[in-house]
Amino acid sequence: MINNNPFSGLSDLVSPLAMQGFVLLMIALVAIGTLIDIIHKKNVKYFFNNAKKAKKSATIELSATQRTSVILKTVAHDIATTAELGRGKRRVAHVLGMYGTIIFWITSVLLIFSYPTAGSSTPSILTTMWHAGAIITCLGGYWFWLFLRVDVLAEAHPWYRIIKADLFVLALLACATFGLAWSFSQYSGMTGLSYFFLILYIVSNLILFGGVYWSKFAHMFYKPGAAIQKNLAEADGSRDNLPPPAEAPQQFGLGIKREQPKHY
Amino acid sequence: MSTFVYMTRCDGCGHCVDICPSDIMHIDETIRRAVNIEPNFCWECYSCVKACPNHAIDVRGYADFAPMGHSVRVRREEEKGTISWKIKFRNGKEKNFVSPITTKPWGKFIPKLAEEESPNQGEINSQRLYKEPNGLNIDGDLPTISKETFKKGVYY
Repeated sequence: MINNNPFSGLSDLVSPLAMQGFVLLMIALVAIGTLIDIIHKKNVKYFFNNAKKAKKSATIELSATQRTSVILKTVAHDIATTAELGRGKRRVAHVLGMYGTIIFWITSVLLIFSYPTAGSSTPSILTTMWHAGAIITCLGGYWFWLFLRVDVLAEAHPWYRIIKADLFVLALLACATFGLAWSFSQYSGMTGLSYFFLILYIVSNLILFGGVYWSKFAHMFYKPGAAIQKNLAEADGSRDNLPPPAEAPQQFGLGIKREQPKHY
Repeated sequence: MSTFVYMTRCDGCGHCVDICPSDIMHIDETIRRAVNIEPNFCWECYSCVKACPNHAIDVRGYADFAPMGHSVRVRREEEKGTISWKIKFRNGKEKNFVSPITTKPWGKFIPKLAEEESPNQGEINSQRLYKEPNGLNIDGDLPTISKETFKKGVYY
């Protein structure tokens, strides 16, 4: 199954041009949704105003090299490993979901644009990566959604309680799950079932990429920006008015061990 | 002024939800970030401000020591056992303090309610609070004040 390119199998029914058009439409939907989100919430305006305010209270003038170094460190540490989430299961689940999704999306685009026809021999590495990406996304996503999301862990709500904030993660999980199911049913020759899962895969993609304005999709653009601003503020001494790290003995107070937030 | 959350810093970890003694820090159902659902019931205890690992929660300091236009922020470093405060007054003056963390671990002095016996119906209907009077380390009954000792001219 992992060597199966589900998109080339689909070319009998849908022309490669239509598949490529669908991908471009999804990209356009993300761009439009994010733009409307920015205009409506004014979050980017607030963010830059705040950054300007922070710059005024800076104590150190950062050179271009220092700024670049901070940005690169942020990309390598905060963004690439989602350091914001600290050490623990949430971070592992997020990293799995994030890289799974990136692999899944990139290989989807490569398969659709480079090997969309039945005659083309798809390199097995690409199809393997596509399936692996979907499986890793499911692994991180279901772990997060069933056990780790704050509604379940800290607020003690049941896992099946669905709220608006779940739109992104559920649509993403639906994409990965139905994508895998579609590939499996197509590979196993279950034609009817493969069409059924294909329809679900298309619908979940439309919800995921078309629902940017209503979902948390755009956090993948905002969060890296916020992490860079936070680290630049630490480096230039403004620190968003936070006190500097304490110069204290190794063990000053009780220094209690942080526990999981589940004392409900 | 009650607590508020900087959305760009909050990652929805739930530590403030867990610690809020007023049970007013909750998770927003649209964006899954922390939110103070009842600002009027916030007694500005700073528990959530200190507990937040991302320094995403802020609250205005008390007006008696820092008038409007200022900022009071906290950095809690558990590994060092320190809690640092920075007060920035509206004239630009800054004051920095570092104190040891004195918070006790969960369950050490706070009763583990899940392990306690559930109150019976009589105890639930009673006007006494949970574990009174034993929880107050009082032998016998709660102390009462006789009406005769009340001030003259005040009627109950």
